[in-house]
Amino acid sequence: MTGNGPQAASGQLAIEARGLVKRFEGVTAVDGVDLAVPSGSVYGILGPNGAGKTTTLRMMLGIIDPDSGYRRILGAERPHDVAHAIGYLPEERGLYPSMKATEAIAFLGALRGLPLREGRRRAHELLERHGLGHAASRQIRQLSKGMAQQVQILGTLVHRPRLVVFDEPFSGLDALNQGRLEAMMRGLAEEGTTVIFSTHVIAHAERLCDEVAIIAGGKVPFAGPVDLARDRIPAQVRLETRAADGPWRLALPAEARREGQFWHFALPDTGIEPLLRALIAGEAGILSLSIERAGLHDAFVAIAGAAAARALGDQTPEEMAR
Amino acid sequence: MSAEMPSGVHGRLSILSAAWVVARRDFTAILFSRTFFFFLLGPLFPVVVGALAGSVGSSVERSSARPEVGVIMTGADANAILRARDGLAERLGQGLPGLVVLERLAPGERADPSAALAGKRANIAAVLSGSPAAPVLTGPRAQIEAWSGDIALIAAQAEQGALAPWPPVRLQATASSQVSEHKARLRTAQAAQTLLFLLTMMLAGMVLSNLVEEKGNKIIEVLAAAIPMEAVFLGKLFAMLGVSLVGIAAWAAVGGGLYLAAGSALPDLPAPAVGWPMLVVLGILYFSMAYLLLGSVFLSIGSLAATVREVQTLSMPVTMMQLMLFFFATYAMTQPGSAVEIAAALFPFSSPFAMLARAAQDGAVMPHIGALLWQGAWVLLLVRVGSRLFRSRVMKSGGSRRRVRRALRRQSGGRRSGAAVE
Repeated sequence: MTGNGPQAASGQLAIEARGLVKRFEGVTAVDGVDLAVPSGSVYGILGPNGAGKTTTLRMMLGIIDPDSGYRRILGAERPHDVAHAIGYLPEERGLYPSMKATEAIAFLGALRGLPLREGRRRAHELLERHGLGHAASRQIRQLSKGMAQQVQILGTLVHRPRLVVFDEPFSGLDALNQGRLEAMMRGLAEEGTTVIFSTHVIAHAERLCDEVAIIAGGKVPFAGPVDLARDRIPAQVRLETRAADGPWRLALPAEARREGQFWHFALPDTGIEPLLRALIAGEAGILSLSIERAGLHDAFVAIAGAAAARALGDQTPEEMAR
Repeated sequence: MSAEMPSGVHGRLSILSAAWVVARRDFTAILFSRTFFFFLLGPLFPVVVGALAGSVGSSVERSSARPEVGVIMTGADANAILRARDGLAERLGQGLPGLVVLERLAPGERADPSAALAGKRANIAAVLSGSPAAPVLTGPRAQIEAWSGDIALIAAQAEQGALAPWPPVRLQATASSQVSEHKARLRTAQAAQTLLFLLTMMLAGMVLSNLVEEKGNKIIEVLAAAIPMEAVFLGKLFAMLGVSLVGIAAWAAVGGGLYLAAGSALPDLPAPAVGWPMLVVLGILYFSMAYLLLGSVFLSIGSLAATVREVQTLSMPVTMMQLMLFFFATYAMTQPGSAVEIAAALFPFSSPFAMLARAAQDGAVMPHIGALLWQGAWVLLLVRVGSRLFRSRVMKSGGSRRRVRRALRRQSGGRRSGAAVE
């Protein structure tokens, strides 16, 4: 997780959205999304494919208009009014194949109001800094897919935006370049830039984000700090005892299950101390006991899975079991 | 919070500045592409095809002999007929039918003209028999009716013998008559209209393929996020207009060179009513308007289509419609001052054609200013509608209802089996 920029502490919002709805051909792609992205934070939008992440981002950026709802980006209700302060990397990457890398970056800057000459100067600088100096004069079609993607990312940043939106930025990148991109995103946040990215790879969000919004079936069942998402799932207790049976078993929660030598169960609401006392009194012979906090992945599966089922009118596994 | 200006950035681009960024990129990209090279060669294809067709046509014409009238008469009558025909031809030109003696009959001998017509020579279209005093023309009805006057004249002359002297006609030439001037200007108007139509069709197709290519490159979303779609549309339209004007300048230079080289060998077009310089200026302006109008329709079509095949399917009706409008404007040109001409001038898609034709026929300039403003307003309207259509139709990730439901079902399945959704 990155440290928050100074603006985050002041409580200002880079993006605020309430009740965003978008329908395509009778299908509701986004159904009442609320978001509040603090300035200077790294904010992840998590969701499975087809959940509505891209549509939400497109509405935020003014590429499409919501059917209903309210949005405010960098203080403006019309996103194009602040386009010069925003950088956007779409999920479907695209550059003109015949353009040279430098020109492509400068052109993306020019679209955001950066004069071409300054754009070219910065493009050279950025390409050198990121080890792509040798590609400056090469056409995009002559670059590898990964290099072209890096060029587009640099084009997204060339005008030094205050807010950067990445849609699935890690897809198509190898592990090395994924690491570099993570570092770049952290660097942006440290400089006070608000970074928003969508992903269906939880590990990236867990490493980078201050806050996340989980989207599933066009709804946002959770939005807030990562810690809060994790707290949705109680910590898991793993217990190993010398005694196979005894009165101590009565102290274990009813849903406790045995896997090999270990007992697994959710940490009781009363905490660990009463349980420990009961185990000792019941002579369980505790060999080991660990409490594991739920990861963002577990929280995501729990939250997004239930929401998706609701969107389809399906039953949850628990409902099916009953 | 307010959007503080990033360093070096000039701030929010106006629609025109944003359009300029797009137009500049497109203009240079197209100008240095193979597409532009083929665009420059474009006019050569009709010229080459026309030349080939002309040469084939003349060769066919040479091989098929001119229809003639076969003569079956007594030797004396046939000779008198031939003499009369040649004598008249000297005065009347080559309008008279050619005569070929098929058979010289002995006095009292009879022949069957129908049988002679059915046989042997392919270019004999009718047979003249009988005598100069009582000529009989045998052949297909249309042919003999067309020739009956000429044959009567020849027969009368043959009957008379020597040619009677004709009184000399004193010629008093004027520069032109009302009718000839009108006809001549109509020719100029037609030429201008046709040129305008061909250019417009060629360019509108180019702007369409340019947009489809853009969608293929996935760059369109980057553009749509940064600048208003109207600016993207305007930029693309004006870039292509710039490219086309460069192309026209190149063609004009080559055409001018050829004209100077060929000199008087080329056919002269009569001067238009507004004069050549003004017609050229109006031609450029009306070409721009016709192209912008059609181009914005094609851009809207391009936004609806995902593949080149879809583009072809969707653009076919527009092309046919454009062809009909061209014919409409051509027809209106022949009815100056009529309700048809006014309708053609008012309907935005036929207006540039109708007004250019009017410039060739009528010297008034003011109506053109009004027409250009009217057409410009339609361009703005179409760009606006097209860009809205584009935003509403293209930028959606969800796609079909079935695809969305499949995605949702996948989520549910993953959760059910306990699998991670990563």
